Amino acid sequence: MTTIKTGLLAATALLLAVPAQAEWAPSRPIEFVVASGAGGGTDNFARTIQAILTRDGIIDNPVVVLNKGGGSGAEAFLYARQNDGDPHKLIFGTNNVYLLPHVAKLAYTVEDLQPVAALALDEFLVWVKADSPYQTVMDLVNAAKDAPGTIPFGGSQSKDTDETLVALIEQTTGADFKYIPFNGGGEVGVQLAGGHVAANVNNPNENAGQWQAGAVRPLCVFAPQRMAESAPISGDMGWHDIPTCKEQGLEIDSYQMPRTVWLPAGTEPDVLAYYEAALQKVAESDAWKEYLAKTSQSASFLTGDELAKFIETSEGNAVKVFEAEGWTAK
Amino acid sequence: MGNFDLLMHGFGVAITPMHLMLMVGGVLMGLIVGVLPGLGAPNGVSLLIPLTFALDPTSAIILLSSMYWGALFGGSTTSILFNIPGEPSSVATTFDGYPMARAGQSTRALTLAFMSAGFGALLGVIVITLLAGWASNFALRFGAPEYFAVYFLAFAAFVGMGSAAPMKTLVSLAAGLLLASVGMDSVTGSIRLTFGFEDLLGGISFLVVVIGLFGIGELLSTVQEGLRFRGVASKIDLRDVFKTIAELPRYWATYIRSGLIGIWMGITPGGPTAASFMSYGIARSSSRKGAPFGTGRPEGIVAPETADHSAGSCAMLPMLALGVPSSATAAVMMGGLMIWGLTPGPMLFATQPDFVWGLIASMYVSNLIGVVLVLATVPMFAALLRIPFTIIGPMIVAICFVGAYTVSNATFDLWLVLIFGLVGYLFSRLDYPLAPLVLAMVLGHKAENAFHQSMLLSDGSLGIFFSNPLVSGIMAVGIALLVLPKLMAFGSRFRRRVPVE
Repeated sequence: MTTIKTGLLAATALLLAVPAQAEWAPSRPIEFVVASGAGGGTDNFARTIQAILTRDGIIDNPVVVLNKGGGSGAEAFLYARQNDGDPHKLIFGTNNVYLLPHVAKLAYTVEDLQPVAALALDEFLVWVKADSPYQTVMDLVNAAKDAPGTIPFGGSQSKDTDETLVALIEQTTGADFKYIPFNGGGEVGVQLAGGHVAANVNNPNENAGQWQAGAVRPLCVFAPQRMAESAPISGDMGWHDIPTCKEQGLEIDSYQMPRTVWLPAGTEPDVLAYYEAALQKVAESDAWKEYLAKTSQSASFLTGDELAKFIETSEGNAVKVFEAEGWTAK
Repeated sequence: MGNFDLLMHGFGVAITPMHLMLMVGGVLMGLIVGVLPGLGAPNGVSLLIPLTFALDPTSAIILLSSMYWGALFGGSTTSILFNIPGEPSSVATTFDGYPMARAGQSTRALTLAFMSAGFGALLGVIVITLLAGWASNFALRFGAPEYFAVYFLAFAAFVGMGSAAPMKTLVSLAAGLLLASVGMDSVTGSIRLTFGFEDLLGGISFLVVVIGLFGIGELLSTVQEGLRFRGVASKIDLRDVFKTIAELPRYWATYIRSGLIGIWMGITPGGPTAASFMSYGIARSSSRKGAPFGTGRPEGIVAPETADHSAGSCAMLPMLALGVPSSATAAVMMGGLMIWGLTPGPMLFATQPDFVWGLIASMYVSNLIGVVLVLATVPMFAALLRIPFTIIGPMIVAICFVGAYTVSNATFDLWLVLIFGLVGYLFSRLDYPLAPLVLAMVLGHKAENAFHQSMLLSDGSLGIFFSNPLVSGIMAVGIALLVLPKLMAFGSRFRRRVPVE
């Protein structure tokens, strides 16, 4: 009897002692769930982090990457909902995590995921074919005003960041483009270089190759200030030489896509703190800075309240566009 | 000529002991990945990407591409032996490869497949070497209407000469199109035919359906026929390998035709799967008299394998030169390229000659290594058929389910394998052709997207499919392929009647 009592006491004491140790650490292999197919921007983002985490020994447990890109990434977010409270699953996405439920009727909401961090911002530029008559973004906008609904504007998917940006340009200026969704930025880049569409809003690294070759050229970037200095890409022009869209008279301050990491909702605060710290180390590593420079993305490490505020603003702005376009799913 | 000098320079880069080791290792890993259905080349290559961060880009791409070649070779093995395609692009190889293996000629079937694959790859690399600049410019001319025309042509080539009853072909085709449209539509962004099932959101995976239709379906048929494989009596002899190699020159016309189809589909984004189907269809229609296709015709193996591999190697060209991958594996490799800090695009050839030409040179070498390695495995794999059905049968079931699960790690897919196993069994009992269903699943969604995009561009006018010589030409060939066989059949019936009367 007494042994049982002592045993119980010891067990209770142990149970009580666990929270006092505070620090959570993974006990199983960690799953990186990527909300895109293999080879996409989000996939590269996750795999780069995986490589840095393992190589620098930030996390000792094995990391497995799983691609769940179905339904524009919704598959990955539904997976998070199905695994709520699981601390060994990280979900990698963009702003699609909180924007998808607004445009499609899906079985998850943003509350099913817990934001951990944003590690980078991908810029958006307006690109035209090299021999196109448009010299500034306003030339393009005015042409679309003169001939509404005839200028084909390519984008990577339907009701995604690209179409939202095109809709935002239309709502800001009153122009009217003919939006054609393709599959991914690379494909739109080639469609532009081949002259099958008049313009696109690709991220820098999606069009860099064609720019380098002189097949396409950038008109402006949707950022509050110009992009970072770089070696010349095409002729003597580098990323810093591209004017902002606001400089050219298009009143859109900034439009950037965050690269975000999420946990399933319902995990302990310690878990969140653990991953925030791990990702902070990634963001400070040289390999990460190299990745940002190679893919022409802007550094931006956001967690906690800053991240929540960023998401709130970004979501609010996008929803305004969705409502004006009548895309919101009821 | 400049390209030749560059290629020689490339050989200098590619042939080092370290690179040769990477090639052998890559090909071997690829073989394993290719043999296991489900764990296809894209999965295998993406698993390796983090490992490549420690290598320089040239060594990394050599490792990844060698793995791709290995997987392409390995994919044909299970198609021929068990009727389970290891890779999507080796589905067409099952049509004649499996019957030939069942007739006791598994060594011949495997040798034919591997030699054709090697030849196709070689043809593809030669084209890349000679036409690198020109071919990428050609690919730039393909917009949405041209893509649709290419898919239309692939459908027409395959369906126009079908030997099954036209209504049954239509049913099978329509079922495939229906399955292809499940999930989120990328042009409108709306969700279709999921009936509220979250698991269907990502669409129905083609590979899972194929594993069910072919693997489980075939197994059910075997069970009904008396629980044994008919290939048991096959004798295994290395001499058979050489005898088969000696018979290869007989199929030179099929080789050249299939190689050209593969090259074309590899450069324009049709991809290896479309190429193998199209090539099989055209080989069937243009073959001279002999045993009908689908019963183990050698051309039925040569055609899809040659096209598959020449398309697979040519798919590297648009990836490097345009940044557009025309196969799933190329998409993964392109992701790797970007992480290594190389920008795919027309300038890559000028700015990174060591990388590009090292890769091209390595394609010659690693495909050669691949052919030798797989030929050495032929007797081993052919011996698998000697194992009694009671042992191999359950193993096939296990391989099918493991394979289906690895496609996207979803347990729901296991149910799909069961369901499609039954469908496959019913189809073969009732003489419905499976091939149109498979083809429609592969190309249906792409064709639909391209059609939708074309309609957006033209404001709904079908005239866009005849708006320039390129697209009209492809459409005309497609229509001809669809209509001519029927007209000819009608004509010959008419002619035959005249003397009688």
